[in-house]
This record gives sequence, structure tokens and C-alpha cells, in this order.
Amino acid sequence: MDGKFEDAMTGEQKIRNFNINFGPQHPAAHGVLRLVLELDGEIVERCDPHVGLLHRGTEKLMESRTYLQNLPYLDRLDYVAPMNQEHAWCLAIERLTGVEVPRRASLIRVLYSEIGRVLNHLLNVTTQAMDVGALTPPLWGFEEREKLMIFYERACGARLHAAYFRPGGVHQDLPPELLDDIETWAHEFPPVLKDIDGLLTENRIFKQRNADIGVISQQDALDWGYTGVMVRGSGMAWDLRRAQPYECYDEFDFQVPVGKNGDCYDRYLVRMEEMRQSTSIILQAIEKLRAPEGQGDILARGKVTPPKRGEMKRSMEALIHHFKLYTEGFHVPEGEVYAAVEAPKGEFGVYMKSDGSNKPYRAKLRAPGFLHLQSMDFIAGGHQLADIAAILGSLDIVFGEVDR
Amino acid sequence: MTEALNELGQHIEMKRPDCVVAWDVSFGELNVDVAPSNLPGFVEFLKADANCRFSTLIDVTAVDYPEREKRFDVVYHFLSMYQNHRIRLRAAVRDEEMVPSIVEQFPAANWLEREVFDMFGIMFSGHPDLRRILTDYGFRGHPLRKDFPTTGYTEVRYDEVEKRVVYEPVQLTQEYRQFDFMSPWEGAEYILPGDEKPEEAKG
Repeated sequence: MDGKFEDAMTGEQKIRNFNINFGPQHPAAHGVLRLVLELDGEIVERCDPHVGLLHRGTEKLMESRTYLQNLPYLDRLDYVAPMNQEHAWCLAIERLTGVEVPRRASLIRVLYSEIGRVLNHLLNVTTQAMDVGALTPPLWGFEEREKLMIFYERACGARLHAAYFRPGGVHQDLPPELLDDIETWAHEFPPVLKDIDGLLTENRIFKQRNADIGVISQQDALDWGYTGVMVRGSGMAWDLRRAQPYECYDEFDFQVPVGKNGDCYDRYLVRMEEMRQSTSIILQAIEKLRAPEGQGDILARGKVTPPKRGEMKRSMEALIHHFKLYTEGFHVPEGEVYAAVEAPKGEFGVYMKSDGSNKPYRAKLRAPGFLHLQSMDFIAGGHQLADIAAILGSLDIVFGEVDR
Repeated sequence: MTEALNELGQHIEMKRPDCVVAWDVSFGELNVDVAPSNLPGFVEFLKADANCRFSTLIDVTAVDYPEREKRFDVVYHFLSMYQNHRIRLRAAVRDEEMVPSIVEQFPAANWLEREVFDMFGIMFSGHPDLRRILTDYGFRGHPLRKDFPTTGYTEVRYDEVEKRVVYEPVQLTQEYRQFDFMSPWEGAEYILPGDEKPEEAKG
């Protein structure tokens, strides 16, 4: 009761708007996000996101480290799908140095990028369901994520912070048994996805909480710099894998799903369909990896990559090269590039300015989540307080990349 | 690809000769150097022109060159989802010089310009809400300037006695080491201990 009576006849009160802090520790904030919300009753009038609580100064650190030492930082941005970030870093270096990636490495990169996409969407779709009240989907989703992380581990030794994509290729070759196991998984996954689909897609509560919430028109999506699922959910068939093919995505057969209404529910549907498409790409990549053209080396041997182990033991030059590569690092010719990949959350880009030395002069990481989150005030205005959680979930925010 | 970009570069230069200082295509990307003063008008042109149609602002960032008179390059990346091409704009600005904000043209520039302000201290005129964004509340300095030390100036810890977080000047338990690993034939600008040859000994 904070207003005083204005009108004695009707007993109407003057109501003051209510300010609340959402976060910085809140399970539905997907990390450390502080939202300062101004409420009029249950309706959100203004939403001011305070970010930067996980800021680690990655870009500053990168300026004092060599290109190869910087690679693991990329894993720590969007830690839900780490390899997709490394990919952009490697592409930028390869563009500047003019290194041609061997076909097998290229296929492996596609394979693991798609695994990363499934990893990300599984987490996002199921935790969004948790934000609106369902508990079973995350449990089922995390089980599948666990299997995929084991594939990560079997390829590079780490479940999350992979450091697997290297400038000029990938770190190590995949054993044939791993390919067999990924193939088995890719056949078992669609039924699991169907189960999750059965839990959510026609679920009354899930639909009520997501349909017509956070509607974004095409023009808004352009104005706010959206990429990835956020534009596709609003009905634009924009996918970098299709529009500006990098690696060998042009050889693969996949569909780009688009939404109709641009609401949270459509974005959920787009993510579900993308998982199915990714599973199909994974199967195609395995087939290509087994074909005779898919055999061969996994690193473009040269100045930016280490020599083979056996060579290093016999040749003095190879030993010196190995030593110099891991201490001084390779030099990148002067110039600037912007390399972007279709990361699961949207366009992840690396703007790299090189001065010809062994360290980047300036590296800017363009995180899709940063631009998506800034439109929070725009989307959330006029919604109920409870919808904030649903909108945040559908924006697909991970603070590792928003705060950098 | 490069040919199309060359054509686009020529087209832009012909249409807006007052804005374009120079342009080139390198590494398959179109770079245009622009004057900061007429940036919003130029961005509006890029958005509206039928051959450009740069619909999405991808990124705003800056690069610091302490040795240059115009110390910073403010770098803009745009993407056209209609024409499927990209462009990079570079505007050289002095320290303390104001850059016109493009929030009017692209709302997405809001946080990106805030970040550039936070990291480099470049002010944007006409920005609705130019606060710091990534650094701590009450942070001083602009971390991505080349003269800002990587370790920073302050460190924080929770004080058990005062029962609150306290800020103190950075104390390093060992010297901050900056390895360059360049081979002594090319990089090293220091003299190794024991290697300092007196001038007269040489001859």
C-alpha cells in the first residue's frame, strides 16, 4: 500500500511502478544476467539488461598471445557448442595465410560443427521447456548431449574445451570405430528427438507459454542485427551455410527451416527441425569420410601446422619447425579479414587485424547473443513478467559469448 | 566475387564521392574508408540504395593505433541479406573526437557503440544511452587501448573482516612476463645477460 487515496468516493489508489532485479543469479537467466525490470502490475514496461558479469577480457588477452595460443579462448565463449567458434578463428587465419584445408579435415569439421549444432539446440530447446515449467525434457536432452560430448572426447580428449580445429585442418584424425559409433548414434537419435517432440510440440502448457510470445517481424529482425535462428524464425531463409558456403557445405544436401509467425514457438520448431537436418548432414559427412576421396591427411602441412610425429623424430628441420611453431608461433601476413560461420546461435564472426607478427594486432569476436540480448527491451515491453523467461530462453543466450 | 565487389565499390564511390575517402578489395572483402562526419547519411544511403541494400549491421568495433595522429579506426561491418554481400567501413578518428552515432539508422548499433565507448573511450554523439557495458560498475580506463596494461590497475577480493568486496591496486606475485619467442636473429631487442659486449671490444 504505497499510494495515498486520491479519490474518497471510489477509493482509487495511486499505484507506483515496481522495479525488480531479475538475476544476476537466476536459473532462468541462463547464466549471470541482471535484468532491471520496471513493472506496471504484471506487465513489463522497461527492461534494462546489465551484462558483463562474466567479462574476462578475451580480446585484450588475445593481443598478447600467439594465434595458436588464442585458439582455446574460443572454446570458452559459447561453451555449449565450442567447436563452432574455433571454426571461425581457423577460417580467419586460413583466409589471411591462404592455407588450403585438406578434404578430410574439411569433412571432419563439418561433422563436428553439426554435432555442435545438435549439442546447442538440445540444450536450448530443453532448458527453454524447463523455463516454462517442464522438467522431463532437459533430463532426456542431457542424456543425448552426454553421448555427443563423449564423441568430442574421443576426437580430441576433452568433453567441452576441445581445441580440436586448428589453423590448416584438425588436430588429429578420427579412428574408424568412432565414425561407426557416431553413425549408430545418428540412427538412434531421431526416435529420441521424436520423444522430446511428443513431450513438447503439442503440449498445451508449452504452447500457451510460447505461441504469440516475443513476436518479431522481418523488419525488426533486420534492424536489430539478428542472425541464425532468430531471422529464420521470422520467416527469412537466411543461412550462411547456404548463402555464403564455407568449408564444403555446398556439397551437402539439407533444408533450411523457416518460421511463419516469428514467435518463441516458431523458433522452437525451427531448432527442432535443424536438429533433424544436422543429423542428416552428420550421416552424409560420415559417408563422405569413408569414401576413397575422403581419405588422406588432416592438416595442410606447412608453416602454420606442426610436422608429423615420425618426421619430427628423424628430421632436424622438422624438429626445429616443431619447436619454433609451439614457442614463437607462425606469422600471419599483414591484413584484415572478417570470417563468419553459421554457429548454432547465429552468425559468429572473427574480425582479425594482423600486423604481420605472430600475435593478432586486434581480434574482435562478434557474438550473435550480444545483439540478440540487446533487443530484450524491445521484445519484452508489454509482456507479462513470466514471459521474460520464455523470451530469454528463445533468444538462446550463453554468457560466455555475450560477455566475452 | 571480387569483380562484383569492385563494381560495388565503384558504384558507391560514384554515388557518394563526398563520403568515400578510399576503397579497396582485399582478401575478397570490400573495405571503404569514410569520413566520420557524414557517416549517418552514408549508412542511410547504403541501407536504401538498390544495389547495396545493406540490411543488417553486423558489428561495430575499433582498432587502436597509438602512433597515428588519428589514433583510432572505428570499423563497421554490414551485411546485405538481399544482395548477399558484405562491406567494411573504416573511419579514422582522433582521440577525444566525437563520432556520430548510427543508432537512428540501425538500432542494433546501440550496444555495439556502448561497447566501443567502454573499451576504447570513443564518444558517439547522438547516442541515447552511452554507458559502460562490459566492464565493472565504476570501472576506470578503457581496456582495449594499447596503453592499458593487460593486468589492469585494480583487483578485487572479498574481505572477511569488512564483509564486503574490496578493490585494491594490482599486486603481482611475480613480474608480468611477456614472452615474444622471436628468434634472436630477427626479433630480440634486448641483450641477453652475459652477452653484453663492450663497444671497444669489437674493434
